[in-house]
Amino acid sequence: MKVLTLNFLTCAVKACKSTSTSFPLHPKDCEMVSDTIEPNPKLLYNILPRVNWTALLTTVAELGFPELPPNPPTIEELQADEKMTQELHTLLLETQISEGCLVCGNCGHAYAIKEGIANFLLPNHLV
Amino acid sequence: MLPTPSTDHVNFERIYEPAEDSYLLLDTLSSESEKGFLHERFDATEDARGNSPSPLVLEIGTGSGVVISFLHANSEVIFGRADVLTAGLDINSYACEATEKTVDVAEKIQAQDGKSHGFYLGNTLGDLCSALRPGMVDVLIFNPPYVPTPSLPVLPNFEQRAGELSYEDESHLLALSYAGGADGMETTDRLLDALPEVLGDDRGCAYVLLCAQNKPEKVKERIRKWGSGWHVETVGTSGKKGGWEKLQIIRIWRSIPHNTNNEEP
Repeated sequence: MKVLTLNFLTCAVKACKSTSTSFPLHPKDCEMVSDTIEPNPKLLYNILPRVNWTALLTTVAELGFPELPPNPPTIEELQADEKMTQELHTLLLETQISEGCLVCGNCGHAYAIKEGIANFLLPNHLV
Repeated sequence: MLPTPSTDHVNFERIYEPAEDSYLLLDTLSSESEKGFLHERFDATEDARGNSPSPLVLEIGTGSGVVISFLHANSEVIFGRADVLTAGLDINSYACEATEKTVDVAEKIQAQDGKSHGFYLGNTLGDLCSALRPGMVDVLIFNPPYVPTPSLPVLPNFEQRAGELSYEDESHLLALSYAGGADGMETTDRLLDALPEVLGDDRGCAYVLLCAQNKPEKVKERIRKWGSGWHVETVGTSGKKGGWEKLQIIRIWRSIPHNTNNEEP
């Protein structure tokens, strides 16, 4: 699963959804793989407006990626900053989590990721 | 006609094999009228510089992956843009793995031919919309377990079993793909209940397949009661065949807010 996916997911436990601590889920013991993807500035520019930047900053720090600016860059800033464009390209488009888990900050449930597929099926006591 | 993605690698003993319902989705989503609707809704030249947020297209219950890989590979033709985020979800872990492979194969063929494709986020194992943040999905596709059955199969245990599957295990996985409980609607009802929250406020829309026994007119009536911004229409049918499994696809969508004033004075 691409790192960007974390921006769209939350804890599957109903009671957690309304809490602010259930998003983003926290990657733990994650193994990463990287695809090689041709530079695609158009895709990057159009992904950025729909990214929850605050959540992305948390994810980036937890995965140990280079720090991002506190606010999302504008297209003009990206066009002028090759290094940041490259970093975002690597982070958002190329990086996948292959193994590990995603932990809810509210209930503590850990969703396992195996061979790149996160398992959001809940054990009976959490359904 | 756009090519149907290859699913040669898929084990149909434990994953739903593409059938009339899958092909109806492919035909409907690539029809001139739906392409027109989607192009307009996701117009990539929304602002002066030709920028608009990438739509997120999610299929729930991907099975072999034939539908999501079709949308992924042909995103430029169907949505009018290649910067489309695609993703899949299934309750069957084998289906998740198969879908990732199907997307990969379809993507490579596009690349070989020098053609574009979307950006695939991956498949997730889960139960309908339970792990989705609200308002994230722009296009949701659902080919449900729609066959009326006395009861629903038990959802798989969250622990993934290792090793060989018995014949019963495989039958159970297949039952999850078709058995719909009362009126064949028990799972679809849960999905419909979640739609207003899951779909994006401004651009969200969904394509859901129904069979005649699901009482489609009743389903549509119910959706129309969600409120004035909501619309539903039958946009594809397997009309010719008749019989008990006559299929249709309904499109459910919200009016784009800045148009609402014009439509409803």
